[in-house]
Amino acid sequence: MSDRTSDASNRAPSDVDRSNLDYGTPDKTYLDSNELIINMGPQHPATHGVLRVILKLDGEKVLGTECVIGYLHRGVEKIAENRTYTMFNPYVDRMDYCAAVSNGLGYCEAVEKLMNVEAPARAKYIRVILTELQRIASHQLWLGTHALDIGAMTPLFYTFRDREEILKIFERYCGARLTTHAFRIGGCQYETYAGFEKDVKNFLAFFAPKIDEYEALLTTNRIWLERTKNVGVISGADCIALGVTGPLLRASGVKWDLRKAQPYAAYSEFDFEIPTGVNGDTYDRYMVRMKEMRQSMRIIEQAVSGIPEGPIMGKVPKVIKPPVGEIYHSIEAPKGELGYFIVSDGSTQPYRLRVRPPSFVNLQALDLMVRGLLVADVIAVIGTIDIVLGEVDR
Amino acid sequence: MPNFIMSYLDPKVTVTPGSAGNQFWALMYVLIIFAGVSVAVICMNWIERKALAHFQVRLGPMRVGPHGLLQPIADAVKLMIKEDIIPAEADQFVFWIAPMIGLLAAFTVYTVIPFGPSQAVSDMNIGILFMLGVSSLGVLGIVVAGWASNSHYPLIGALRSSAQMVSYEVAMGLAVVSAILMTSLNASGTGTLSMIGIVQAQQQQGVWFIFKFFPLGFIAFVIFAIAMVAETNRAPFDMAEAESELTAGYHTEYSGLRWSLFMLAEYAAMIAVSSIAVALWLGGWMRPFPNLLHAPAWDFIFSLFPGLTFGGLAAIAFVEAVRMPTQSFFRIQRIGLAVFAALLGFIALLLLVIAVAGRSADMSVAARFREGIDYVYWFVLKVAGFMYLFIWYRATWPRYRFDQLMKIGWKVMLPISLGVLVATAIVGVIFS
Repeated sequence: MSDRTSDASNRAPSDVDRSNLDYGTPDKTYLDSNELIINMGPQHPATHGVLRVILKLDGEKVLGTECVIGYLHRGVEKIAENRTYTMFNPYVDRMDYCAAVSNGLGYCEAVEKLMNVEAPARAKYIRVILTELQRIASHQLWLGTHALDIGAMTPLFYTFRDREEILKIFERYCGARLTTHAFRIGGCQYETYAGFEKDVKNFLAFFAPKIDEYEALLTTNRIWLERTKNVGVISGADCIALGVTGPLLRASGVKWDLRKAQPYAAYSEFDFEIPTGVNGDTYDRYMVRMKEMRQSMRIIEQAVSGIPEGPIMGKVPKVIKPPVGEIYHSIEAPKGELGYFIVSDGSTQPYRLRVRPPSFVNLQALDLMVRGLLVADVIAVIGTIDIVLGEVDR
Repeated sequence: MPNFIMSYLDPKVTVTPGSAGNQFWALMYVLIIFAGVSVAVICMNWIERKALAHFQVRLGPMRVGPHGLLQPIADAVKLMIKEDIIPAEADQFVFWIAPMIGLLAAFTVYTVIPFGPSQAVSDMNIGILFMLGVSSLGVLGIVVAGWASNSHYPLIGALRSSAQMVSYEVAMGLAVVSAILMTSLNASGTGTLSMIGIVQAQQQQGVWFIFKFFPLGFIAFVIFAIAMVAETNRAPFDMAEAESELTAGYHTEYSGLRWSLFMLAEYAAMIAVSSIAVALWLGGWMRPFPNLLHAPAWDFIFSLFPGLTFGGLAAIAFVEAVRMPTQSFFRIQRIGLAVFAALLGFIALLLLVIAVAGRSADMSVAARFREGIDYVYWFVLKVAGFMYLFIWYRATWPRYRFDQLMKIGWKVMLPISLGVLVATAIVGVIFS
């Protein structure tokens, strides 16, 4: 293990210019002390599942990290090769199980793009509403666990209480709460239930003061500020070099959101802003996600009031057989760019399916973000990256 | 023998059993305090879980006994019958003795805590020094536990705890000194280190030290109140056992009874430091406004408070028993809660009877009892307020990072407490 960790200290992304980063010279220990190598995880209360981080420490100071992943590997991409396109649809829900609806949207749209069909307008609106609700739910889960990692217990219970309302809407819509399997290739399986619009609008009215409640506990909290400001700083250039996307990228000042950059579903029809940060620290990422929740509410409000009538299923054959070819389609999942690369050989099963999960790519930035910080910051940064190990390991 | 026992109840005796050389009563007090603190820890455990749960829109324990009242007992039994695990690589003897050190330190402090002018085990003339010294020994148990576990997380937790103790003890000590300075503002100009003496000084000067030379006393009190949270490793300074960082910190390798001893020591230490704060700044055993509302009638009214408090608790328990759902499943719980309410009501009645019987100032045994109950009641009430604050902190705030905690300790609290000390000395000289 010691060999691997000493490798970790030299393991910097070679294409990232680290000379201008303000980390001091963390590769030296003081007072001739020995380095302490600590195994954080896979069983640890704050690594969000089964992430294992090998930390090389000088006292409390982090000299280097190495992530060991794969404890939750289920071979999802290989499974895809042995399932038909329709049969694989529920599997994508099990990757990022905190944002199952978004995963489903990305997969369905990728296959639709490969088959060159389009979902009807009503289906697109339903997709937008559910996906944005899922974004709020995912951010709520992130906020609760992130605050818990930093030591504030109470927000966790508040966010879970309010997330319940979203899950209730999902349950009424498709019968499932977490792994929803809400969408089908070509549209939606289910028409909205009676009172769907009312439920969603009620939720918006219910949730607006709740965000203020979360913010009242944290945003101006002195301890929260000290724990998050200037912690885990990453520049926009580093984000781009490492392929980091989502709120992390936007908090570093890069205005990049696939919903605006290459609109999918019905996103081009809605008016919303892309919140960005300045410093790229943990606090900015917190603020970006809080603002994103408010923007999601704006989108949902517009979508729910403008939802068109019409069919919910496009013209798709009973047996889905995309033509020979390959496609890469990506969407803005709550955690970043979620891409599906599908190679079709013309049969009912994908020849190869590759997922670009946001958590997996974002996790790469951990080492860069925590070097020279303290153990407590490692926890804060893991929380702020917002990883889901189901997605990292697939 | 009876004389020996009765001698302490003699109204003419106005010193603590230890000072009077009455070893029998000193032993009785030790036993009462040991049992009382253990019961207080159990109550605190239940209250913390319930209060924290209600802060967090949960119910907390509800299953074991009515409203989870028996949950701490169930937990204690569970912990006692658990397998006693000592890791193979641990230093067995040190691992075994570590929780004892912590517990011993936490409980030894109680020998000088003044529950009343003569309601204490001993009135040491260096009381506050003894208290600070012994209570800071508690960290030795933590350091030793972390080291003996021979594991990384406990080691880091132990080191954090010791560094934290060193940096907060200084500010804490200086805040205490500024309170001690105030005790010397009398005719003879001599102060005292005796805990009882400090409270009596507040009595003679007619002001709680928190309000003395406002805001100097208040600032010193706030510094002590912050430092005592850090001292006892409670949120937001719970570095040593930061769950999300160090899994469980210094007691990661501990389980069963040993672990519960650490918990007992932590809660006992919380009560102990709160007692110091109460004795030094909040007038110790004194009831509110003894100088303004000093008529015997007021004495009588305030002496009804203990009984009324228990009566109120009994009423709450009784109302909850009535409000219980009517399913047969809840029948036993309803009966249990009703019995508990009756017990509380009986205590309330007893206290009220003592208050009425002892209202005359003739210094009978009943009057002496009434006085003692009053002293202990007001002291415990103030300490309970601090206990609630501890829970409140934990529910509200995130955890400080280690270096930030150090920064606050050395760069903020130490200079402020030094400044307050100097200012108190100057103001004291000018005004006396």
